[in-house]
Amino acid sequence: MAYKNFILVCGGTGCESSRSDEIYKSLIREAEALGVSHDVQVVKTGCFGFCEKGPIVKVLPSESFYVEVKPEDAHEIIAEQVIKGREVTRLLYRKDKNAETTKLEDIEFYQKQFRIVLRNCGVIDPESIDEYIVRDGYRALEKVLFEMTPEEVIAEVKASGLRGRGGAGFPTGMKWEAARKSPGDIKYIVCNADEGDPGAYMDRSTIEGDPHSILEAMVIAGRAVGANFGYIYIRAEYPLAIERLKIAIQQAKNYGLLGKDILGSGFDFDIEIRLGAGAFVCGEETALLQSIEGKRGMPRPKPPFPAVKGLWGKPTVINNVETLANVPVILTRGAKWFASIGTDKSKGTKVFALTGKINNSGLIEVPMGTTLREIIFDIGGGIRNGKKFKGVQTGGPSGGIIVEKDLDTPISYESLTALGSMMGSGGMIVMDEDDCVVDVSKFYMAFCVDESCGKCAPCRIGTKQMYGLLDKITKGQGEEADLVKLEQIGKAMTKASLCMLGGSAANPTLATLRHFRDEYLEHIRDKKCRAGKCKDLVVYEIDPIKCIGCGLCARHCPVPCITGEKKKPHVIDGSKCIKCGECFVACKFGAVVKR
Amino acid sequence: MVNVKVNGIPVQVAEGSTMLEAAKKAHVKIPTLCYNPDLSPWAACGICVVKIEGSNKMLRSCCTPVAEGMNIITNDPELVQTRKTVIELILSTHPNDCLACPRNQACELQTLAQEFGIREQPYTKMVRDIPLDTSTGSLILNPSKCIRCGRCVEVCQQMQGVWAIEFLGRGESIRIAPAADVKLGESPCIKCGQCSAHCPVGAIYENDQTNLVWDALMKDGPDAKTCAVQIAPAVRVALAESFGLPPGTDLTGKIYTALRRLGFDAVFDTNFSADLTIMEEGTELVHRLTDALKGGMQQATADRKLPLITSCCPSWVDYMEKYYPDMIPNFSTAKSPQQMMGAMIKTYWAEKAKIDPAKIYSVSIMPCTAKKFENSRDETMYSSGYKDVDVTLTTREFARMIKQAGIDFLNLPDSEPDSPLGPYSGAGVIFGATGGVMEAALRTAYFLVTKEELKDVNFTAVRGLSGIREATVHINGIDLRVAVAHQMGNIATVLNEVRRARAEGRETPWHFIEVMACRGGCIGGGGQPYGATDEVRKLRIRGIYDHDEKREYRCSHDNPFIKQVYEEFLEKPGSHKAHELLHTHYREKPLYLK
Repeated sequence: MAYKNFILVCGGTGCESSRSDEIYKSLIREAEALGVSHDVQVVKTGCFGFCEKGPIVKVLPSESFYVEVKPEDAHEIIAEQVIKGREVTRLLYRKDKNAETTKLEDIEFYQKQFRIVLRNCGVIDPESIDEYIVRDGYRALEKVLFEMTPEEVIAEVKASGLRGRGGAGFPTGMKWEAARKSPGDIKYIVCNADEGDPGAYMDRSTIEGDPHSILEAMVIAGRAVGANFGYIYIRAEYPLAIERLKIAIQQAKNYGLLGKDILGSGFDFDIEIRLGAGAFVCGEETALLQSIEGKRGMPRPKPPFPAVKGLWGKPTVINNVETLANVPVILTRGAKWFASIGTDKSKGTKVFALTGKINNSGLIEVPMGTTLREIIFDIGGGIRNGKKFKGVQTGGPSGGIIVEKDLDTPISYESLTALGSMMGSGGMIVMDEDDCVVDVSKFYMAFCVDESCGKCAPCRIGTKQMYGLLDKITKGQGEEADLVKLEQIGKAMTKASLCMLGGSAANPTLATLRHFRDEYLEHIRDKKCRAGKCKDLVVYEIDPIKCIGCGLCARHCPVPCITGEKKKPHVIDGSKCIKCGECFVACKFGAVVKR
Repeated sequence: MVNVKVNGIPVQVAEGSTMLEAAKKAHVKIPTLCYNPDLSPWAACGICVVKIEGSNKMLRSCCTPVAEGMNIITNDPELVQTRKTVIELILSTHPNDCLACPRNQACELQTLAQEFGIREQPYTKMVRDIPLDTSTGSLILNPSKCIRCGRCVEVCQQMQGVWAIEFLGRGESIRIAPAADVKLGESPCIKCGQCSAHCPVGAIYENDQTNLVWDALMKDGPDAKTCAVQIAPAVRVALAESFGLPPGTDLTGKIYTALRRLGFDAVFDTNFSADLTIMEEGTELVHRLTDALKGGMQQATADRKLPLITSCCPSWVDYMEKYYPDMIPNFSTAKSPQQMMGAMIKTYWAEKAKIDPAKIYSVSIMPCTAKKFENSRDETMYSSGYKDVDVTLTTREFARMIKQAGIDFLNLPDSEPDSPLGPYSGAGVIFGATGGVMEAALRTAYFLVTKEELKDVNFTAVRGLSGIREATVHINGIDLRVAVAHQMGNIATVLNEVRRARAEGRETPWHFIEVMACRGGCIGGGGQPYGATDEVRKLRIRGIYDHDEKREYRCSHDNPFIKQVYEEFLEKPGSHKAHELLHTHYREKPLYLK
């Protein structure tokens, strides 16, 4: 008996937090209530990527793409679509309120995307190994175990040009080769799932949507380098991803795809999950190893590199989630195919978590070489509320701001570094004219102050001193000499820190100083924040011509510092004002002005 | 070998050498701060950065191995500026109280600031106010001054295997403290003071008790006491370093004169009580061996009579009571030379000199911070009826007293110690070096067993700096197997072997084991002048053995004053009286008091 319809409900963390699990259950309940359980299969999938419009529900075979669905909509979907075969038009995606509904293949958000890593996200039930297998899952492993030598596997990965997606972009095949050639009877494969950039959730979504792809890749890596054990280091704040990994590991074991004598090949490989406590620095590979070993998560000097001396002193390959997710596809479709995607030195695709002041925020995957302009204005749908684009932060707290004039740069590891930013793990935060660069730099520096492990002096002290200087500037107490100090510390930190946390912590500040020095100087000389973000530099005033004396502002003022007679213009006492902005929001006549 | 260049200067170094080692060989100095040659590089400070010609990347020279053909650039404007900024950053978290700091003029951060010509501090001061930890009585922890270089943690955990100190917190609030933030005195700390000897700044230092000694020396009237002092073997070959002379310079004669000029009424030498220790411990060894030969070696191993383990090092005693309490019966009950001397001063000498022991103030000058703790370790440290040793000063404190008193130390005439607790044999002096107690004991044990004098008293097999040394000595048809271990982290290997033999019902692998907590023995003690490296330790050891060679008597039992003490007072080694005054006992201790 075949189903007439398939309903895919997004089960990513974003949509789940908007009650997608209720939608899923309601759909099943409604189907039963209306007696059509045999006609429709409801599947909870991984992330569709279009988080801006979540929760997302997709109905097959009609390819109906429903957005911002609520549990209450379940009845209509079943009653209309499953029973009567009619789309629920009001739920279909439209570019804006008054626009026509858009067919899935015409949605701009998806048009320039190309999915390798996210191939199964939003397509299969991540808790079903069968669905993964149907989509060619574990085919690569079979090939590696029975048709290829470990050397051939490494050669294939090398030929693909795959590079580490965790940020640094080291060629994956070379890492594997180094570990294979390192002497030692015990070797390890570690999957780095300690994703920590503010706003980034590529790895979480990949695991949530397609956990088996990671397991398969780890077994392949184990076979290639001669390791029989792997760890997945994942932060405890990712409960759904952890749960799905646990289910996937158990399923793989039941199917003989993990454990002793995999598929009768004689090759053993087992995987254990290790939970991290959420320290950003534990995404740094040597600190991650320390943490797995039960020690303080502090980086150790390199060399020796983990491929030579890693976990418990044994040769260890550490690959990031996204890197691993590429591996099975490379081996099934071939290195040549993979290498045909992307730029000269950066092959394949890159997943980005697109967030900030953008119309379509979400998880996207694009071929390397796509320009930032295409990502922000085509896929991302441009800046929200018609505001002006100011810059885009790639690489999170380790990256730098990229400005308008550089938006046509095709994305690659090298091009982003040349712009003073970095690929990073894939966080991409778009800023508009309402964002203050000093404030943003201060935000990232505060993050680094909190996340510095405290081992090396340049990072430990440098981040704190730079934060102090930025804070001073946002409060209107800055001096021009502070900019020189920021650069001095920034340079020393970049050069002399032990790991890349400190080595890149100054990037956001140095990049904004380069592109927006005038805004820093405005804060210092004119005591002015043009974005109106820096509270201490903002002055609220009432325009006596526009004010009708309704008194609404005074009623909202928590101090209170607004006085005035009824129907007469009111006045703000600047000496008492705490600059909370309540009056600005409350005024219906635009009489409260921010300067 | 690998061929590299340092600033263009060709140099050949062993494979695996670091860039820092290569630079040293090329006579190029790279500034360092967290690096210490005793420890594996922690790579924290970022001062020792260098570049490789052709690359703009900075690498830490302390931990980056050389590669064939590279040209290491140690100085260019960017490197100098980076180091300077890092120093300025470190200074921004460090108090500006050099004048009142225990490390004034001996501070590695101060030296760096001077060498880099730091004349202003551009960054906001962010000094943390963390209370002092004075709980051990031996060492003081001042985390506010800590530059978080990690040396003490590395020393305590890796070198000493004690794990008393750890990092707590993260980021700029990271600080050193025992695990779970207990006080040092409630932690497994063994007071060896190696943390203080390795700290580059004034964050860990000895508890300065010179004021107590000044008070005693200056006191007049009815409260005045007779001040007696003893000086430990290892002090004499290291004190010179505090006065600018090379390590190993032997200034024993000047030390006696200086002590008298400071106002001490009686100047004794711990070397004498080291001879006494040998008489007691050597006798104990011979007894235990004789019993074992009758009752069987396996039985003696099972009964924990053998191996006999030396007990003169108070840090080692503390470690054993905490980490290896099952070995308590193996421990020699003989007190350490410091405590034997203390007991003899307030009994035998008091009687002889007709002084009320209550009116004697007994001071010891030691290379060691743990001796400050030992002098009140338990009730047996009061065997004279008074506190046998009233106060213990380290070599560093002693040097400061000499300087404070305006004594022109290097030009003093030599003098001799007072009798009868002063004159000593060469066996007494070698207590100061690792293997020395063993060698001194062997010299006397041989005599006690054979009643014959040795033709050659030098047991060179037990000398040296390797962590564990073994030897077999033939005495009267017995093959005596001995082991020497120093640096606390090396001890576990030896003790675990003994435990294993005992558990498996086998005979102990060694009959006699010497253990010293500090690398090199007491000459490398935690209270010695700063800057001990293996090069320094070797020179100090050389000084000790040279001194031994020059002594008229080389064996403890030949020291005529030892004979006199037994004849006049103690009767014979191991006598009831000797046990009352010269022996102690041990008890199991928890690792954490809280």
